[in-house]
Amino acid sequence: MSSSPVSRPLMEVRGLTVDYVGETSVARAVNGIDFDIREGEAFGLAGESGCGKSTVAFALARLTRLPGLVSGGSVRFGGEEVLSFGKARLKAYRWREVSFVFQSAMNALNPVIPVSEQIMDVIETHEPRLGEKGARARAVEMFELVGIPPARLDDYPHQFSGGMRQRICIAIALALKPRLIIMDEPTTALDVVVQRDIIEQIVELKAQLGFSVLFITHDLGLMIEFCDRIGVMYSGELVEVAPASSILTNPQHPYTKALGNSFPPLTGPRQRLEGIAGSPPDLRMLPKGCRFAPRCPHAMQVCADTAPELRFYPAQQSEAACHLLN
Amino acid sequence: MSELTQSSPLALGAQPDTGAALAPTQLELMRELGVKPRPGWTSRLSPGLAAFVTNGKGMAGVVILLILVLTSLCAPLLTDFDPKRRAGKPHVEPGYEHVLGTTRMGKDVFTQLVYGGRVSLAVGFGAGIAAAMIGLAIGISAGYFGGRVDDILSFFVNVVLVLPGLPLIIVIATMVEEASPLVIGLVLALTGWGWAARTIRTQTLSLRTREFVLSAELMGEKKWRIILVEIFPNMLSFVMGGFVLGTIAAILAEAALEFIGLGDPNAVTWGTMLFWAQNNLALQSGAWWEIWPPCIAIMLTGAALVLVNFAVDEITNPQLRASRRIGGIRRFLNRRGRSADVF
Repeated sequence: MSSSPVSRPLMEVRGLTVDYVGETSVARAVNGIDFDIREGEAFGLAGESGCGKSTVAFALARLTRLPGLVSGGSVRFGGEEVLSFGKARLKAYRWREVSFVFQSAMNALNPVIPVSEQIMDVIETHEPRLGEKGARARAVEMFELVGIPPARLDDYPHQFSGGMRQRICIAIALALKPRLIIMDEPTTALDVVVQRDIIEQIVELKAQLGFSVLFITHDLGLMIEFCDRIGVMYSGELVEVAPASSILTNPQHPYTKALGNSFPPLTGPRQRLEGIAGSPPDLRMLPKGCRFAPRCPHAMQVCADTAPELRFYPAQQSEAACHLLN
Repeated sequence: MSELTQSSPLALGAQPDTGAALAPTQLELMRELGVKPRPGWTSRLSPGLAAFVTNGKGMAGVVILLILVLTSLCAPLLTDFDPKRRAGKPHVEPGYEHVLGTTRMGKDVFTQLVYGGRVSLAVGFGAGIAAAMIGLAIGISAGYFGGRVDDILSFFVNVVLVLPGLPLIIVIATMVEEASPLVIGLVLALTGWGWAARTIRTQTLSLRTREFVLSAELMGEKKWRIILVEIFPNMLSFVMGGFVLGTIAAILAEAALEFIGLGDPNAVTWGTMLFWAQNNLALQSGAWWEIWPPCIAIMLTGAALVLVNFAVDEITNPQLRASRRIGGIRRFLNRRGRSADVF
């Protein structure tokens, strides 16, 4: 799982900036972040609530809606600029190339329409030449992929359990065999056993079908297990991008370290868990220097004055944005 | 602004790091989108009221309504004539003496208009408010209590819905002989609440299963408090919509009834003005000033109420408020060669 194949990037995000335009102020939710999602890779975005993870996910799928505004940067998918896609290109881009699994499957499925229709709708809209029979065959195939008996295809959403509904959503996301699936906390509402089940299934499908995944969750343990590389976000900025294997064992950024310390080890001696004192800055009035500086135990004078840039450190095979490392 | 002018919308450079369009800083973005850091005098008002007074359409509606209501209230100050008595020669054209001319009977049209507004607006607003209140009470109780209460109340809603309003009023008007504006208003109020009740009942049905109502019930809140404090605020746009549409319908129905001669011809209202203008062949004799003023007054009232309804929509649905910036955001994206399409 943690073997990271070095292949060409599928999605290149450069300087992505997303603002929320308020009545009297503008909140910078995502501030010029850079990362790549490689072909066949699972890239994770971690960070506390409100750090901009979901905002990034929505921006990549061009789902940012008022009062949100992608105010700068570029998102390239297979070399094409996503931010300048017109209506027709956008329609093809969404779902056929990039699909989405939302947090709450209960809301994503229409309660009064059988799930078969909801899957076939997607297929028929984007691949009309398959026809109804072809679409149904594809739906059966997808149900088998996610491990639900196809006999239940014509049931309504309320007849399934939460885990099954989430798997149906994943089946719908897979229906057109997209190259990238954005999963915004796909298992947060489920218990750990079902969670594990679904993640294992996604890993299997990923190996089978070769799509990339952008994975977002609060659950650092789950993320380390599932992802190849992990980006840690703090207050709208990427502070560290590292292979999943080294994010806990060899963290570079103090915030990543602190995140790791707040995560209990299952083996070894008992340790007292440490939280991170303080709270993230106000996105409407951001500090000039490093955003983590006020909470950072190692903050120096330079941290308050200039913001560090995300740099690649070959020795650790990771990128980090911190003055301590220079 | 230097960053702004330098940033190219879409660099085609081979270097991916320079390929990104630089985002303007927050301050530059605020300047470009016209977001004012310090809110004006509206910041002292409650958010809902501030949204209302900064809404152009809503304020236009309020101003028109205020003018109509104030001129009606101040009628004796604005004119020396008596609306029911002869004031000059018949069919005098609008001029210095008679601002809007006189009728065939020699009554001053402006005087009739402002005095008539008193009755027409009172009947309209009275019937509109009453219909909205009846609709709210019946709809919310039917939806919230359900069961037999719902069955009985829904029966009445359906009766009112299938009763043809205007013909019913005609029948009643013929029974009471020369229906006064008060009678017309009463009948309109009693027949006009069907749609409001129906929509509010449906909305209540979907709200009462929501978690916030359930938790209020579990916390032991009293039923009337759940209805008034938990459910009612979600209904505000429906109630206002019911009131606005009910008022427009009442003003139109009252004018229509009086125009076809079923009202009290001695009352001075916009409807009876039209009735007499029609009877006296005002249009055929070229006296447009006898017909147009009440028509325009009725139209203006309706338009003003619809404008107010737009603003109420925005207050009860805060997401609509964000869409005010859509123009600026579109320009922002177009300037950078970006697509503004969301769907």
